[in-house]
Amino acid sequence: MRVLLVASAGGHWIELHRLRAAFVGADCQFVSTSKGMTPPLGDREVLEIADTARDSAWAMAPTLLGLLRVFRAFDPDLVVSTGAAPGALALMIAKMFGARTIWIDSIANSETLSLSGRLVKPFADLRITQWHHLADENPSLRYLGQIL
Amino acid sequence: MILVSVGTQLPFDRLIRAVDGWAVDHGRSDVIAQVGPTRYRPVALKSFAHVAYDVFRDLQKDCRVMVCHAGMGSIITAMEFGKPIIVMPRNHKLGEHRNGHQFATLRQFGDRPGIYPADTEVELRALLERVDDLTAYPTLNTIASDAFVEQLAEIVHRPPKTSKVRQLRHFFAGKRAGEPGSIDIR
Repeated sequence: MRVLLVASAGGHWIELHRLRAAFVGADCQFVSTSKGMTPPLGDREVLEIADTARDSAWAMAPTLLGLLRVFRAFDPDLVVSTGAAPGALALMIAKMFGARTIWIDSIANSETLSLSGRLVKPFADLRITQWHHLADENPSLRYLGQIL
Repeated sequence: MILVSVGTQLPFDRLIRAVDGWAVDHGRSDVIAQVGPTRYRPVALKSFAHVAYDVFRDLQKDCRVMVCHAGMGSIITAMEFGKPIIVMPRNHKLGEHRNGHQFATLRQFGDRPGIYPADTEVELRALLERVDDLTAYPTLNTIASDAFVEQLAEIVHRPPKTSKVRQLRHFFAGKRAGEPGSIDIR
C-alpha cells in the first residue's frame, strides 16, 4: 500500500514524525515544506513543496502544482496529513485521485479545530482531533489519543 | 548557548527585541536567533531568517536554553531533549498570528516541568534575568503513545478498497503510474 504523508515543516512535521510507527509496512512518501529533512520511515527522499498561507487563493498555486506533480508520480492509496494548509490541499487533491484520506489536527488546537481542519471536512474520510472534548462536541471527529 | 526561535512563517519582533535588549544589557554573545521573515536587525544576537531543518535540530540539541514562541514544535522538541524552554505566545490582537491558539497551548502545557511561560515581554525579561538557573529534564520519548499509534495503524492498514475514480483512471492509463523507483517531481 502506498501512503503519502504531508506535513508542513515545524510542529506539524514533528507531530507526524511521532506517529511514524503507525505506517510501518507501507510504502511511504513524505512531503514537507523545507529542505534538509530526513524521512522518518523508508528510503524515499522527502519531497519539498512550496509553503502556503491560506490567506489568498493565488498564493496557493505553487503549492497546488507541486502537489499535483507528487500525486501524478506516486499515485497514493492513502493520504495522511497533520497540517497545515498544504496538507489540506493534499487531501482535496487526493479525493480527485480517488485515494483514501486522513486528517490529524494538531495538538495545538485544543479549543477549536484548526481552520484547515474545518475546511477539509468534505475531503477527509477520517478527521482526528487530539482533544477529547472536541470529539465529544462534534460526532464527525474522532479522538484516539495525543502525540505526546 | 541560548537558542531563540519563532518559526518560519511569521515574524515575532516583540520577542526578538526583548531578548536582544537583554543580551545587549548583559553583554551576552552566546545567543543565536532564528528570526523568520523580519526587517528587524538584532544588535547582540547572531541571527538568521531560516536554516535547514536538520541543522536547526542540531542547534536545538546543543543549546542550553530555548526561548521560543508557543509553537508545539518548539515545546515538543524541548521536552524530548530535556531543555529548559521560555515560551511567549504570539498575540493575534497585535497581528502576530491568525488566531489565539498559542495562548491555548500555554494554558494546556505551561505548567509542565522545564516549561517557563511568559505572557508578556516583562515576564520574559524576568525569566531571562535568571536564565542560567533554569532547569529541565527529558519528559518525552520520541514516539506517540502506543494506544494512539496502534489505533491509527489499524485504520491505516485496513485493506484498501479501490475507489471507482481510481479503477477508471488506472483502466484508461493502461497501467499504474509511478511504479517503484525514485521520484523526481521537477
